[in-house]
Amino acid sequence: MDVVRDVRPARGELHVGRATEDTLLVRLAGSWTLHSERPTEAELQSQLDTGARLRRLTFATQDLEAWDSGLLTFLRKVEECCRQRQVAVDHSGLPDGIRRLLGLAAAVPERQEARRGEARDAILARIGKGGISSIEAALAMLGFIGEAFLAFLQLLRGRASFRASDLALLLQECGAQALPIVTLISFLVGAILAFIGAVQLQQFGAQIYVANLVGLAMALEMGAMMTAIIMSGRTGAAFAAQLGTMQVNQEIDALTTLGISPMEFLVVPRMLALVVMVPLLTIYADLMGMLGGAAIGVTMLDVSLKVYFHQLQEALSLKYFAQGLIKSAVYGVIIALAGCMRGMQSGRSAAAVGQAATSAVVTSIVGIIVASAILTVIYLQAW
Amino acid sequence: MSTAGAPIVVRDLTMAYGSFVIQRDLTFTVDRGDIFIIMGGSGCGKSTLLRHLIGLMPPAKGDVCIDGENFWQAPPEDQERLKRRFGVLFQSGGLWSSMTLAENVALPLQQYTALSPSQIAEVVSLKLALVGLGGFEAFYPSEISGGMQKRAGLARAMALDPDILFFDEPSAGLDPISSRRLDELILELRDSLGATVVVVTHELASIFTIGNNSVFLDADTRTMIASGDPKTLRDGSPDTKVREFLTRGEFKQQSPSLLGRGPD
Repeated sequence: MDVVRDVRPARGELHVGRATEDTLLVRLAGSWTLHSERPTEAELQSQLDTGARLRRLTFATQDLEAWDSGLLTFLRKVEECCRQRQVAVDHSGLPDGIRRLLGLAAAVPERQEARRGEARDAILARIGKGGISSIEAALAMLGFIGEAFLAFLQLLRGRASFRASDLALLLQECGAQALPIVTLISFLVGAILAFIGAVQLQQFGAQIYVANLVGLAMALEMGAMMTAIIMSGRTGAAFAAQLGTMQVNQEIDALTTLGISPMEFLVVPRMLALVVMVPLLTIYADLMGMLGGAAIGVTMLDVSLKVYFHQLQEALSLKYFAQGLIKSAVYGVIIALAGCMRGMQSGRSAAAVGQAATSAVVTSIVGIIVASAILTVIYLQAW
Repeated sequence: MSTAGAPIVVRDLTMAYGSFVIQRDLTFTVDRGDIFIIMGGSGCGKSTLLRHLIGLMPPAKGDVCIDGENFWQAPPEDQERLKRRFGVLFQSGGLWSSMTLAENVALPLQQYTALSPSQIAEVVSLKLALVGLGGFEAFYPSEISGGMQKRAGLARAMALDPDILFFDEPSAGLDPISSRRLDELILELRDSLGATVVVVTHELASIFTIGNNSVFLDADTRTMIASGDPKTLRDGSPDTKVREFLTRGEFKQQSPSLLGRGPD
């Protein structure tokens, strides 16, 4: 045996030579681990290509000190090279463990059809697919709304099956437990509105109208809107995550097989809770916002509290509150529907539950803004 | 029994959640090349013991020594270094659902080795081929069957060439044939890699096929009541509870007090 060359005398060593005329002998020495420096198969490849009439490749590993996946990946590449050149690989010179692992790796042939094609669709095809999937999503949404409506009819007929204790717990979660954040946000929103208004109104000496500004804005729109946005982030996302996790755990399947409609058992109480609680929270948010406005009015504009509230009473009528409350009830339905729908549609993995929660918040905020615009137009035209 | 070179030595271990003791006075040694079975009825603390061995839960009392190093007394850097020598297959695979199989196997390599992306890709395809999943690199865990998820979890557990492999209920949720194939794979890996394997299971077929050493945890007395080769225990354990467990209750000599707490 004549050793042709010592390729890179690093920690893993590779010596390639001819054992007989048609047999290539590969001697492996040193440490062939992932952490040691190892030769690549390039040297071997050139030997395979230059030497004509090669039939067989054998190994000698007397000087091999350590090996792990580093050697195995190398040997797999060598096998691949040999397969392409129709050279037989003789494993008998390899240590027992390596032989068995190579056998194991080759035991199940790689599934070619399983490998994903890199091919990408043409732009038109992608647009088409996008269109089809959005139509499907819209249909699924309509279907969900329809089912929710039917479940609600069952409720009105007194036949919806859900547990009163669930509803009570949901009412608590969506109502009382949301009070602190609603307090903070709406007080500050009222203060911000007053502050922005104050700068303008002061120029005309009309500071007192800050009460009208804050009162109307909160009652008509901001109370309901801010509450709805808080609730979609706080409760809508929670609904989606909870129902999505129930999908993952097959809890929803368990309900269905028992003949209990998940729409009635899970979705209806959540909708009820939000439809009741969002308007109540809105009334509270209206009040907090007006107090926030009062804080700015008293401290910055020298409007006394008494005058501020007298001005508020002049400016507001029950009609404005009613308009805001109707909006808030609609927002409540939207938040519950979006949260429950994304949760029920969720896939069965942790990543899918995360997407469901994100998508629930996005869907409900879009829904809230669109509904607000439509209702405002209706109020202007018809009320 | 020499404990000097043993990969895992457990001494006088007490496991507890708060003041609730799950198991106490556990002392056993896992020797190099062992396939060591942790067995016992449901709820006896098998999986909790595993969590103590792999560094997820500190013991209330006692020591876990890995290659002579006291794991829970060691500083955090040493604990990290020791943990890198473990490969763990979790009960339901524990694959990260937002990553493909290739990314799942590649993550430990990216974290703990200085390999180039192409070298990592080679190691990933080797590991997936070893568990019979060649070609499934681009699949997400949700797109493959439960048995394949288990095997992919095993490929990830082997990513860093660990010398101790832990399996939590490897055959749970698998059909008998897949479960047997997994057993054969465990044996083959032990023989070829020279790894030490610790398996939590109550699957009798697996216990006898692969196990050569074991510990039996009892839920009533809250301690280990037997240890040794499972086949020897089945045929000659002085403890009727152990023999009843290992013969699926056919070794009847006992009041039906174990009813409802047997293997499920």
